[in-house]
Amino acid sequence: MKRAAVKKLQQLPATSEWTFEAIDAYHTEIARVAGEFGLDVYPPQIELITAEQMMDAYASVGMPVNYHHWSFGKHFLTTEKGYRRGQMGLAYEIVINSNPCIAYLMEENTLTMQALVIAHAAYGHNSFFKGNYLFRTWTNADAIVDYLIFARHYIAECEERHGEEEVELLLDSCHALMNLGVDRYKRPPKLSLAKEKLRQSERTEYLQSQVNELWRTLPLHDAKPGRALRPRFPPEPEENLLYFVEKHAPLLEPWQREIVRIVRKIAQYFFPQRQTQVMNEGWACFWHYTLLNRLYDEGLLADSFMLEFLQSHTNVVYQPAYNERWYNGINPYALGFMMWQDIRRICESPTEEDRAWFPDIAGSDWHETFDFAMKNFKDESFVAQYLSPKVIRDLRLFAILDDEHESKLKVSAIHDDRGYRRVREILSDQYNLGSREPNIQVWNVDLRGDRSLTLRHQEYRRRPLGGTIDEVMKHMARLWGFTVRLETQHEDGTVELVQETRIEKRRGHPDN
Amino acid sequence: MTRIIDRRFDSKKKSAVNRQRFMRRFKQQIRRAVSDAIQDRSIRDLDNGEQISIPSKDLSEPQFQHGRGGVWEQVFSGNDQFSSGDLINRPPAGGGGRGQGKASNEGEGEDDFVFHLSREEFLDIFFDDLALPNLIRTQLAKITDYKTQRAGFTADGTPANINIIRSMRGALGRRLALGSPFTVRLRELQKELDEVVEACGEDSPEAIALREEIARVRAKIEAIPFIDSFDLRYNNRIKVPKPTTQAVMFCVMDVSGSMDEEKKATAKRFFMLLYLFLNRTYEHIEVVFIRHHTIAKEVDEDEFFHSRESGGTVVSSALKLMHEVIVSRYARGNWNIYGAQASDGDNWDNDSPICRDLLDTQILPYCQYFAYIEITPGEPQNLWREYEKLMGAHKNFAMQRIEAPADIYPVFRELFKKTLV
Repeated sequence: MKRAAVKKLQQLPATSEWTFEAIDAYHTEIARVAGEFGLDVYPPQIELITAEQMMDAYASVGMPVNYHHWSFGKHFLTTEKGYRRGQMGLAYEIVINSNPCIAYLMEENTLTMQALVIAHAAYGHNSFFKGNYLFRTWTNADAIVDYLIFARHYIAECEERHGEEEVELLLDSCHALMNLGVDRYKRPPKLSLAKEKLRQSERTEYLQSQVNELWRTLPLHDAKPGRALRPRFPPEPEENLLYFVEKHAPLLEPWQREIVRIVRKIAQYFFPQRQTQVMNEGWACFWHYTLLNRLYDEGLLADSFMLEFLQSHTNVVYQPAYNERWYNGINPYALGFMMWQDIRRICESPTEEDRAWFPDIAGSDWHETFDFAMKNFKDESFVAQYLSPKVIRDLRLFAILDDEHESKLKVSAIHDDRGYRRVREILSDQYNLGSREPNIQVWNVDLRGDRSLTLRHQEYRRRPLGGTIDEVMKHMARLWGFTVRLETQHEDGTVELVQETRIEKRRGHPDN
Repeated sequence: MTRIIDRRFDSKKKSAVNRQRFMRRFKQQIRRAVSDAIQDRSIRDLDNGEQISIPSKDLSEPQFQHGRGGVWEQVFSGNDQFSSGDLINRPPAGGGGRGQGKASNEGEGEDDFVFHLSREEFLDIFFDDLALPNLIRTQLAKITDYKTQRAGFTADGTPANINIIRSMRGALGRRLALGSPFTVRLRELQKELDEVVEACGEDSPEAIALREEIARVRAKIEAIPFIDSFDLRYNNRIKVPKPTTQAVMFCVMDVSGSMDEEKKATAKRFFMLLYLFLNRTYEHIEVVFIRHHTIAKEVDEDEFFHSRESGGTVVSSALKLMHEVIVSRYARGNWNIYGAQASDGDNWDNDSPICRDLLDTQILPYCQYFAYIEITPGEPQNLWREYEKLMGAHKNFAMQRIEAPADIYPVFRELFKKTLV
């Protein structure tokens, strides 16, 4: 390896304009170094696009194809406006968790930025997608693009058959429940285009027959008085609202169930990304930093390249203090990058403190430690496991307790010996989706009565539900087709009815 | 195996469908925004798109979320003054970016959602409001018409456009020019030959040599190409804007106390539509704004629509002023004169016959078209009744009572019919 570096001390092009040859040259070198570090990646596919195409990609949540919906148009307009006015730069890259791993490079970027993006996206994110357990279990990189194509065609077909309006209303409702349309604990089956098409018609027929379960309860055994023994439905609370709707909503047409399913599947696909932002971005930053520095050490990069690169890098991993104007929460890039750098430091040159806090990894081989950490954690557990006192000190982290029953805010922990564990615990909880989003599950369906559906919200730390509940409930009622109730179970165990949304017309839709 | 793919030339406008859906869904809000925008626009300014803002709460996508309240414990960075156990006053509501981790989602906060409508989209909504038929819509929205006309000849073009006479003439000239030294020489040789033949007879060696020389020169003359690509001339056609003339448009509006803002807004649309129509037909348009209550005054556009006066109404004052302006500025030369009058019909009783008379004798004879709209929800007023008498006599006069902007279009029906055929 050393020999190879010595042999070709040929500097890579240092112009700011990029060419395909130059990108190829950089990519070859980056790929080589990434291989030396043992990064396991999907084959990268680098695509050059214009700013407008980048905005398109933004608008359809970063996917190369997606079905049509007004909300994507809205996102496009927002992005376009920000970009035109120069309020906002576009992201330098978008990378898609697919096999091959598609990384978009924007035409406007300088050569340095393109190299940075290749290292960041095509090797950093890519290896994370391939290795991390959440992505491995929840997403199927081989099939996602095919599935999206299937979804787009299917929805377009439905629009033709049933009218755009009808489909749009349904999609609105599904989008409103998207965040609650994921399995958190069950492992989803893998997707594939061929299988999906094959099974789709089978499934619709089967589903329609299953729904009748709800209807069938009426005539059979009304002689028996033992009502108390009647099983609950659903027997266990169901966390995945869209799944429940797809399988059990009595009035949906088969095509409507399929669309619910599509939205649910896509929500599921993005679920891991929402849970691994710090890790994933930090990982990618760590690798672009490490890979490019290695190339520089080998003498392949010009100083001008390094200066431009370091400036961008520093901007990305900057963490403003709480009282600065541009403070916008903890920057996941900054936190992630610092933590990964810190883990390497703990492995390579541990201090006494590190040995006390991290006896397992202090002084170990950092490649192995990295591999293990990248594969087996999500933000919540990653912070809980690896946030070291040094990082807490460096970022000067502190925690504030805001209890609505108290008149003042309280500083509950700072970066001192007493506070490290507390800060770590709170920060970890901040990345716990369970506490970030309200926990709402399907609690009960009144089978014998009016078929109304009851959702139950488990209150967490006395936090109430926010402003748009009645809108969301209308969407839920539209999908369910009968009255929907929302209850909150307070922490002391009492249950309170928050909202009841009735639906009068059976086949109709509630007015907006 | 890596692939680098250039996607820059792939189809653009991937989001166009989504954008249209967005527009359709929020048509109500967008229309309201457009109508607000029209208030602020000059009536000449219809060639631009528009920055539209609609309240962002109307287009939020609802989700189950935590509200404020309860217990929140959060980590911040950059501690510079706190130690554990410190108590701090709550920051004032809304102050500071204490977002809930989703701050980056919708950085917009409570601001309105602002986006840009293109000219087409803007006009589309504008026409929608006026209930314009589709054919007319497309006619109006088109910017300029061109026609092609001959403009001399060029040295390059398509074979279909070759001008034969020109090309041959050029070829002839070239042949003459290039051949002239040889022709002179030929003439000399011929003369010499004649002399030699005279002196030494047909077959003398000199004569033979001369004949050979003559043959050589002839060959040279013949070697000049009959026609060369250099000679070709093509008919040149250029696009020129359709021959247009100039027009002047008079906007006459009643600004007496009874004309409220809403009526003025309706009147403004009426003027805008006329302007748009004229703009399509004429290259150069001047607009004269005349406002009146008991006295008429020529003003600029801003004052025309925005300043407010009250008092009685004497419509004839405005018509007199219009006549004066026509005579002094637009009577000579080829001005196409258009008049548009908007009023709530409320006029001083004895004045209305005078108005009719003025129109009849002093204004309509000069005008291509004069349109009167009466913006009133109630019974027609005296001015209306007087004007009605003009209807039969003048083809270039139109009048319409208006309650909503959609009623404006019939006024123009005749006008559009004329130009569409």
